[in-house]
Amino acid sequence: MKHIIATLMALVVIAMSGMTAAASKTVVPAQVKAKAPVFTPPSEDDIPNNEFGQIIRQGKNIFEDTQHYAKQYVGNGMNCVNCHLASGRKADSSPLWGAYVRYPAYRAKNNKVNTYEERIQGCFKFSMNGKAPAADSPEMVALVTYSYWMATGAPVGAQLKGAGYPELPKPGIAPDAARGKSVYTESCQICHGANGEGKKVDGKSVFPPLWGSEAFNWGAGMHRVNTAAAFIKANMPLAKGGTLTEQEAWDVATFVMSHERPQDPRFKGDVAQTKKEYHDENCKYGETVDGKVLGGNH
Amino acid sequence: MKRIFLLAAITCIPLSSQADDAAKTIAMQGNKQGATACMACHGADGGGTAAAGFPRLAGLNDAYIARQLKDFRSGKRSNPLMQPIAKALSDTEVQLVAAYYAALPVPAATPEGGDPALLRKGEAIATKGDWNHEIPACFQCHGPDGKGIEPSFPAIAGQSAAYISSQISAWKSGTRANDPVGLMKSVANKLSADQVKAVSAFLANQPLTNGNQK
Repeated sequence: MKHIIATLMALVVIAMSGMTAAASKTVVPAQVKAKAPVFTPPSEDDIPNNEFGQIIRQGKNIFEDTQHYAKQYVGNGMNCVNCHLASGRKADSSPLWGAYVRYPAYRAKNNKVNTYEERIQGCFKFSMNGKAPAADSPEMVALVTYSYWMATGAPVGAQLKGAGYPELPKPGIAPDAARGKSVYTESCQICHGANGEGKKVDGKSVFPPLWGSEAFNWGAGMHRVNTAAAFIKANMPLAKGGTLTEQEAWDVATFVMSHERPQDPRFKGDVAQTKKEYHDENCKYGETVDGKVLGGNH
Repeated sequence: MKRIFLLAAITCIPLSSQADDAAKTIAMQGNKQGATACMACHGADGGGTAAAGFPRLAGLNDAYIARQLKDFRSGKRSNPLMQPIAKALSDTEVQLVAAYYAALPVPAATPEGGDPALLRKGEAIATKGDWNHEIPACFQCHGPDGKGIEPSFPAIAGQSAAYISSQISAWKSGTRANDPVGLMKSVANKLSADQVKAVSAFLANQPLTNGNQK
């Protein structure tokens, strides 16, 4: 009996340490993923036809067409679905159901415990290069409601299989932007354009921009080469996830992140200082590419 | 220098209308070099022949049409009817007919209709995809309402069910292998027979729109 209790306690400790360690990580290590329970989000047809369902649908609309439904908070050409594929339900693409049950969580990014609302506010500030909707704004309420519904039946605090982006092992050889450019030309350019500008049809974004003034800013999680490489390997080209090699994913992520993008909102006038404070690893910010300092051209 | 510009301007005007006439002649009568009239299968208005699965060309973007003709020649896109015709067209003629069809107004067509349950299933694939099987929404690459995104992603709304399903089969079997980044091959391989039927019926039931998106 004693033995069983000891084993159980050990398991609880392991589970809890796993929770703490991965609490706020977008990129999920393989050893965490291996033990993770499988979760299937509810079908869209199951959104209830009542007042609650109305707000779920509103959240879904904002999520899919942020440019239109939350335009006052968006400062670039991105939509939530650009990083969270399939309306936020696709595994290994930071699905909403994976994130919702992991908050509140401590985040090293701002050195405090963040609520789910604060996490979404971060998305607007950085990935959408805009301003954060208030926690009680209709847009935030709708996004939280949509996320909550998507996580229906998921255990609170669980690290679910398919949450975040699956961590990519370090590449065999140092990632290289020049090699990445070939990968980009071959596999990415057809949608994202020769200058990473994405594509609009009738004024509406159809393929997201990857760099330049309409892309996510230097504070967004995706600008980190490891995060982008993890996303790309699992999800790109669209519906052909897993077809690029790990090396190609690292190389092309390095190429994409070696371009200028909107300034980090935490910038206080000095690139070197901002780099020191926020961009110490997995990041090209502050580096000199083609004679120009990334982050310095604003 | 000014005179050269003037000369260019003067010669360009008759050239472009000549080009249009030449393209129209190929479309209506063939080129007398082995390319038969396009209209025989694709219709006088470029609207295609739905029952036979001959696609609409009117309003598709010119870069897409030109690339298909070149791929028929090289065999990247294999088709016993189109390959000899494409081979009988010169590079210039390929550009001419591509521009001609791109500029034609999209003809009015009657949506094909179909079983409502089947159409709903097809709509879900076209607009949302089936991510449980890694199938993206058709419209994610073929544009809002399937209107196409130039130059690589053609309009698919309003093409006949026979054409859409024959192309998905061709991607699957490899007789059509001219898809950039292998995107369509990958999608076609994951679509079930039921899904192909549903999505073809849905797309055929959509109103025709101008695919020549700028």
